[in-house]
Amino acid sequence: MAKILILGATSSIAQSTAQKLAENGHDLILTSRNTEDLNTLKRDLSIRHQIDVKLKPFDALDFDHHEAFFSNVVEETGGLDGILLMYGAMADQKVAETDFEASRQMIDVNYTSAVSILNIAANYFEKKRHGIICAVSSVAGDRGRKSNYIYGSTKAGLSTYMEGLRNRLHEKGVQVMTVKPGMVDTKMTYGVVKDSPLLADPDKVGKDIADGIQKKKDVLYTPWFWLIIMLVIKLIPEKLFKRMNL
Amino acid sequence: MLSKPVKQALSGWGQYPVESCYVYRPEMIKELQTLLSERDGSFISYGVGRSYGDTALNKGGNVIRMDRFNHFLDFNEETGMLTCESGVLLEEIIDVFLPRGFYLPVTPGTKFVTVGGAIANDVHGKNLHKDGTFSEYVQSFELLTANGEVLLCSREENADVFWATVGGIGLTGIILTATFQLIRVESAYIDVTYERARNIDEAFEKFIAHDDDYKYSVAWIDCLASGDSLGRSVLMRGDHAKREDLPASIMEPLKPANKLKATMPIHAPSFVLNHWSIAAFNELYYTVNKDADKIVEQSSFFHPLDSINDWNKLYGKKGFVQYQAVFPKNENPKAGITKMLEMLSKKKTASFLAVLKSSGPANDGLLSFPMEGYTLALDIPLKDDSLFPFLRELDELVVSHGGRVYLAKDSSLPQDTFRKMYPKWEEFLTVKRKVDPNDRFSSSMSRRLGLTD
Ligand SMILES: Cc1cc2nc3c(=O)[nH]c(=O)nc-3n(C[C@H](O)[C@H](O)[C@H](O)COP(=O)(O)OP(=O)(O)OC[C@H]3O[C@@H](n4cnc5c(N)ncnc54)[C@H](O)[C@@H]3O)c2cc1C
Repeated sequence: MAKILILGATSSIAQSTAQKLAENGHDLILTSRNTEDLNTLKRDLSIRHQIDVKLKPFDALDFDHHEAFFSNVVEETGGLDGILLMYGAMADQKVAETDFEASRQMIDVNYTSAVSILNIAANYFEKKRHGIICAVSSVAGDRGRKSNYIYGSTKAGLSTYMEGLRNRLHEKGVQVMTVKPGMVDTKMTYGVVKDSPLLADPDKVGKDIADGIQKKKDVLYTPWFWLIIMLVIKLIPEKLFKRMNL
Repeated sequence: MLSKPVKQALSGWGQYPVESCYVYRPEMIKELQTLLSERDGSFISYGVGRSYGDTALNKGGNVIRMDRFNHFLDFNEETGMLTCESGVLLEEIIDVFLPRGFYLPVTPGTKFVTVGGAIANDVHGKNLHKDGTFSEYVQSFELLTANGEVLLCSREENADVFWATVGGIGLTGIILTATFQLIRVESAYIDVTYERARNIDEAFEKFIAHDDDYKYSVAWIDCLASGDSLGRSVLMRGDHAKREDLPASIMEPLKPANKLKATMPIHAPSFVLNHWSIAAFNELYYTVNKDADKIVEQSSFFHPLDSINDWNKLYGKKGFVQYQAVFPKNENPKAGITKMLEMLSKKKTASFLAVLKSSGPANDGLLSFPMEGYTLALDIPLKDDSLFPFLRELDELVVSHGGRVYLAKDSSLPQDTFRKMYPKWEEFLTVKRKVDPNDRFSSSMSRRLGLTD
């Protein structure tokens, strides 16, 4: 049994991951900007799994307070065993191309804030010589495509950061897992992506993440077939790729 | 952010009718309120579409899927009182609370039903004769009405809206949360007595003699049997098994069985279900089920069909209709049911099996189905439109016996027959107009039945 902090716990993927972790008996600390939104989830988790759930407000962009936030959580829980970063921002690519504010929002939420809070967590777990650091990146970070490369590049940055962190913390006994989901059937995709066989159920993705943690995975493509798809996409030579409409 | 709709060809469990609707899948109450205030057109709530016909459909209009409202909100381990969101499935309630010694007070023939759908159709189970319908155990619910207001409804507070919403097929608003009573059980098993009846007379005799001795009671009738065997059936009656009744081999008495599921991969070709295959099945069913006592896991007793995903595809692409009617006690129900079985056995498009149950007294739900007497439910494959005149003949029979058909399973009842069957329709409309003066909530069924324009 472990105590796991989930940053950005309102999304469908985060909710189902929380369910699976709670099912495995872990205690959870859930955050969002507005903890009222989380109250329903807290009640549900504690009734279903009879575990202890705490709620904390967390603002990804309030960098100055990340240090205090983290030490406060550690103090209140009497020691953390893991952190899952599950929030993200995605603006319309076309808008982001002309409006730097929209680009910057994605960069700050998806990359800058992750570096800020995960640096702090990394130093903590490194000292403890134990723990899990997990972040949800995206298959969109594996290759830049004209349809969403600004979002993709922020996730590429996150993936590379996680890769380096894994390299650094491996010998300290800390697991660092990068999650790369494909399209998931959430509020973001409902009504936008029509009935695609590639669209995954959030419960499936949540289960994969919880299992991945258990199995000490490094990089998790979920559902698994994205590993094959991205392998193929990464192999296409640039000469050809730049002519493709992806 | 306002969620987007998906334009979709939607149907109920019977796969008839199929209608094009704009389907929303909101996740928060705020989204529901925004939808109601910012989107034009009418709305109807949709649980998981386990109703057979068009009660949760809205041709050309908006449908609100409630399945993402699936959180438990409060549970009292002492009293068994549960509060949850309306999209919670009965299956989840069994999975979470049976291991703690609690069970649903009422469960229909499938556990893939939402709490909202169970209230809106006021569903019943095999204990209808003893314990009444689902609403009997509902203490209160929160209803989002057309103007975006959240009304708490109970027998004391907004009682008129409470009784219009119970069985009110989604027309008063959107049920958000509900508080209801779970019952205590000692095991996940049912102690069942199987008993055969050679014909309808014998079946009725046995029902009348011993129904009160069992919490759960139902009979499966072979619809193809005729003459002296008309109405031959297998009665299945039982109670929650006590811990001491269980065989020693059951190590975890409260654990629901984890059964493997089969899936019906495609629509069966239309020749699969014909007179001969059904007759052979029924013969087998009657022969295999000898008189006996058995301890049976709860789900295989209550939800036998749930172990095959998409079993409705067995009826082929055209789908099927369910027809469930109740015949009141004081108007010779046996004669009515016998006549219905005769009509069925004569018409060879017949039903697989019919299910006979006895029903306890009616409640105050303005459109609730049950009334004291007997109910008969049948599946009839839809081969062509010639079925509908036959259904109208059945309607006439039901009306002449003072009975009614169940809206949860209906897809074709005409307006005037509906009014005869549900005499409180006007009272219902008075409450509906109070909470929804502009008919924001409207469905294909409500327009067919003349409850909305
Ligand atoms: C195999 C099988 C066996 C069955 N056996 C029985 C039985 O034994 N007894 C019995 O009574 N029924 C039985 N039924 C019928 C079933 O129990 C009901 O039709 C039930 O209401 C379906 O629930 P649902 O969640 O799928 O709702 P849906 O079918 O999606 O909707 C049903 C109605 O509820 C309304 N509704 C749904 N959610 C809400 C909400 N949140 N707020 C307001 N209105 C809402 C809809 O508008 C619609 O009018 C059976 C069905 C099947 C498929």
